Amino acid sequence: MSSDGKLLLRVTGVAKRFGSVIALRSAALELSAGEIHALMGANGAGKSTLVKVITGEFPADAGEIAVAGDVTVFRSPAEARRSGIVSVYQDPALVPDLTIAQNMRLARVPLEAVRGVMGDLGIERLDLSRRAREIDYPHLRLIDLSRALAAKPRILILDEITAALPADLTERVFAVVRDWRRRGHSVIFISHRMAEVAALADRATILRDGVTVGVTSTRDAQKTRDAQKMRDAEEQIVNMMLGAEVAKAAAEPAQRPRHDGARQGPPALEVRDLAYGHALSGVSFRLGAGEILGVAALEGQGQQELFDCIAGIRRAAAGEIRANGRALELRHPADAIRAGLVLVPANRLHALLPQRSVRENVALASFGRLGAWGPIAMGAERKRVESAVERLQIDRRASSEVRRLSGGNQQKVVIARWLAAGFRTLLCFDPTRGIDIGTKRQIYALLREVAAQGASVLLFTSELPEIRLACDRAIVLFAGRISGEMQASEADEARLLRAAHGLTAHERAPEPA
Amino acid sequence: MRAAGVLRGDSIPRSLSRHGRAAGMPLLFLASILATLAIHRDFGAFDVQSLALGALPLAMAATAQAIVVISGGIDLSVGSMIAVANVLSASLMQHASFRQSLALAVLVLVLGAAQGAINGVLIVLSRIPDIVVTLTTGFIWGGVALLILERPGGGAPSGFLDIGAGADLSPFLPNALILLIVAVGVIWLPVRSSRLGLSLYATGSDPVAAFRSGVDPRLARILAYGLGGIFCAIGGVALTMTTGIGAPLAGAYYTLSSVAAVVIGGVSLNGGRGGVLGPILAALLLTLLPMDLIFLNIDPNYGQVIQGTLIVLVVMVGGFAAFLQGRS
Amino acid sequence: MSQALALLRGHTILALILLLAVFVLGIEIARPGTVTPLWISNALLFAAPLAILGAGQTLVMLTGGIDLSVASVATGSAYILATNAASGDGVALALALSLGLIVGIVNGLGVAVLRVQPLVMTLGTGLMVGGAMTVYSQYMLASQPHVPPVIQTLGAGKILGLVPVDLFLWAVIAALMLFALQRTGFGRLLYAIGDNREACHLAGVRVWRVLFVDYVLCALLAAIAGLVLVGGTNAADLSLADVYLLPSVACVIIGGTSIFGGRGGYSGTIVGALILTVLTSILTLLDVPEPVKQILYGAIILSLAAAYARLTE
Repeated sequence: MSSDGKLLLRVTGVAKRFGSVIALRSAALELSAGEIHALMGANGAGKSTLVKVITGEFPADAGEIAVAGDVTVFRSPAEARRSGIVSVYQDPALVPDLTIAQNMRLARVPLEAVRGVMGDLGIERLDLSRRAREIDYPHLRLIDLSRALAAKPRILILDEITAALPADLTERVFAVVRDWRRRGHSVIFISHRMAEVAALADRATILRDGVTVGVTSTRDAQKTRDAQKMRDAEEQIVNMMLGAEVAKAAAEPAQRPRHDGARQGPPALEVRDLAYGHALSGVSFRLGAGEILGVAALEGQGQQELFDCIAGIRRAAAGEIRANGRALELRHPADAIRAGLVLVPANRLHALLPQRSVRENVALASFGRLGAWGPIAMGAERKRVESAVERLQIDRRASSEVRRLSGGNQQKVVIARWLAAGFRTLLCFDPTRGIDIGTKRQIYALLREVAAQGASVLLFTSELPEIRLACDRAIVLFAGRISGEMQASEADEARLLRAAHGLTAHERAPEPA
Repeated sequence: MRAAGVLRGDSIPRSLSRHGRAAGMPLLFLASILATLAIHRDFGAFDVQSLALGALPLAMAATAQAIVVISGGIDLSVGSMIAVANVLSASLMQHASFRQSLALAVLVLVLGAAQGAINGVLIVLSRIPDIVVTLTTGFIWGGVALLILERPGGGAPSGFLDIGAGADLSPFLPNALILLIVAVGVIWLPVRSSRLGLSLYATGSDPVAAFRSGVDPRLARILAYGLGGIFCAIGGVALTMTTGIGAPLAGAYYTLSSVAAVVIGGVSLNGGRGGVLGPILAALLLTLLPMDLIFLNIDPNYGQVIQGTLIVLVVMVGGFAAFLQGRS
Repeated sequence: MSQALALLRGHTILALILLLAVFVLGIEIARPGTVTPLWISNALLFAAPLAILGAGQTLVMLTGGIDLSVASVATGSAYILATNAASGDGVALALALSLGLIVGIVNGLGVAVLRVQPLVMTLGTGLMVGGAMTVYSQYMLASQPHVPPVIQTLGAGKILGLVPVDLFLWAVIAALMLFALQRTGFGRLLYAIGDNREACHLAGVRVWRVLFVDYVLCALLAAIAGLVLVGGTNAADLSLADVYLLPSVACVIIGGTSIFGGRGGYSGTIVGALILTVLTSILTLLDVPEPVKQILYGAIILSLAAAYARLTE
């Protein structure tokens, strides 16, 4: 599948493992001069690892990388840069304690060139004498991009540059990237957003579980912007990303008895007029016993603060949180846990002890009280842990250190901890981020099961279609306020999206860029 | 929306928190000078000279420690390296002429750089944490110092000893202070203002980002320890200059005190932040305190207690501020 | 060969014991007839105070911390005991241990509540104690320090001329340590905090309480080690335990406890302390000057730590 331009980069059979975790099995990629090439794949498919191998951040275990026909091994990103390959990584490569100007000097990039690109991106007013530490994430990415472009790379790699970027800035980035292609350079573009890929890329390479499973042309869709062609390309990519069967299964709505919403007694969780800094104001909702309430929101609309306040990690500035009719004073996660409110955070590494065993991880929550400092009843503990581990079907092959478990199994360990400790309301913050589809279904099945047994679930998910699959009801947050509330049956993507943009039912959601 | 926050200039509270630690040290130093004047009205040129001379080795140790800490490490072998330079210079210079002694001093500095670089190489290659490596090499260098000179002895030509004494330019600008300024000005300032200096700060701040920006963090760390070695050697030679002899156990004091000076001087032990001015002022302060105690007729042995208390108070106040911030 | 290596990787304690055996065997081959029951008895006698210091150091290093004040505390407690012996053994003992308690509380407040880096905090308190002892000694010039017979028996006595008395104290401490680390909630929390402090917070653990108690225990163990030491030397001076700072850290590291926390245990520290004691004994047998011994000692510790890092990577 050759393109019209000459071959600029050729990656074949690249493999990379970290300890027992295989990140790449056999990745391949062909990049022509003058194209924007999308690199796609589910979370954990190995996209970022491939980028780091290409730019010499670490060596590949196997495989070959050829730049303009010559097989090359870069030993550092600096070497790759000298050969004209520059990446904007997901975590900005700017040193936090240096000013922006110092960062440019460190990377030997002329400040004037950077200023020029910053002008194109519309951030030229940014003060270059500020430390990187003091600048927010989206702008840091743009500065990183400016630095990359100022180095005049033949190959520019963008790893999810649009994540957390406001729409107007995304447009500017696209304009700059298109302009780069017009000058005959190439871009490798990583994004989860299908619409962006269809709008920008000429071709797409798809990775699944560390293997390149296909290359597809998106040029027609991009050139014509024809809705049907875009959908076709999208369909094809999703099928390759997930594997055809799983994609089909993922599309099936869950079959389950819905919560009737009319149970007696006080709600399991009631939040009244909750406020936290600029992030939240006047948030009120109720969560009934046995109910699964979805929370939908775009990036950074206060959902993190909402969950943190309820879980006792941050202290709300105003408002009230009640559990089973009792007002709570939450100063520490221990207070929330005692009231039966337990958190499954998005980043499971925040909740796990990576070097300790599954057993110690699951049992951790039982040592919160001072009274539990004494001798452990080992038999009882084993039984409790075993039953939780079994219920979640946690893979036991590498149970002596949870860092050796797969992401899905790690997430299950976090949930198993609360099953073992007991809870009334599970606060799940994007629990399926970066988890394969099979485990995802298991986790949702489990949420249903606990709800059926009378516990409640508050579920934030960044993937809007999941609201309909997993929840009974949904609230939508926009700019720290609740901008919509609906039954799950009505929570189709379009409605959720409108509310997530702060629009009422009559307005149209903006076209995805 | 968000852009507004980014483009706005420093607000006053932020500017304070950014410069607070850096400004704290000069203020503390000024206060202690004023206190000294209040205690001891006759505090004059002679006292300034003896303060500068007495503080010179510690100031060098503090500079060495600051450079290492800025680049993300910590060096608990500072005292032993000073001892090695001290006994080495004292035993080499004993029968040397003035000119020879200057050449020998340069030789000692080169060896000091090598010694520091060995620390750095061991840390980078063994991948053992800095604390453990330098705690152990400190033990080893201590043995080397004893091997060179078993008991206090040696010496240096009187011309050499006179370099640091007195004040040739102005009575309140002692020669020792000029030496200090020259040493820092000739070695550290050029490094600091170059890309090399940036790479040291970058490595201490975020080694991954530094690597992606074209820095070799391992090289940077070895370099930082090497620079630290030079300043330790200067400290050791200065010790010979001020005491006239070499003493194999004299260095012990400087390891802990250099860390103290760095902490009091406002350099973050997390790396990537701070400079050498704060630690140098802290070194002067730590030397001034026992002098004040003598003026007050208090047992100078309280100096160590005060030094320890000062460290604990400085870090606890910092911790307390963070604690309060976390609450609000 | 590779199988043997894999076995050692899986059971690093075996590697340590093997190393200890090699050291002992080396002595016996170099100087036949050295390794006698009396020699072993002496090795245990000298290893005990180090292993007790190492116990405290293990407790704090498991949480990712370090205590650089242990040497000063040990010296201080020994000196206080000796200078107060005239007031009665009980009073002297209580005063000596209360130094450990006070320093532990200050360290605990700094590290656990105010989140000061353990290195800086304990460096500061170490300086304070050292300086305070120097000042204190000026006032105590008149009184003749002497070590109570009970403590002399503890630090130097042997039952039937062979079994060191301090071995019993060490055995009790070791049993408590091993049990506490493996079978109690407190022990679990030490590992957990060292591995991921944030995760403990999220799981409802009030981390500061655990760390506070941890640093108090470490300082108390240091004070006890000081008593054993002074019992052994029967002379209280102000540099008694200075030389023990490096070994107290080194025996923990060699014993396989990570300085970053979350991994290790006391059994490794026990073997580490024995290895270091035997190493000292080997160096004594070598006919080389003291400074060379010091250099060799440091170099061997460094190589052992490096080898261990490779083995467990």
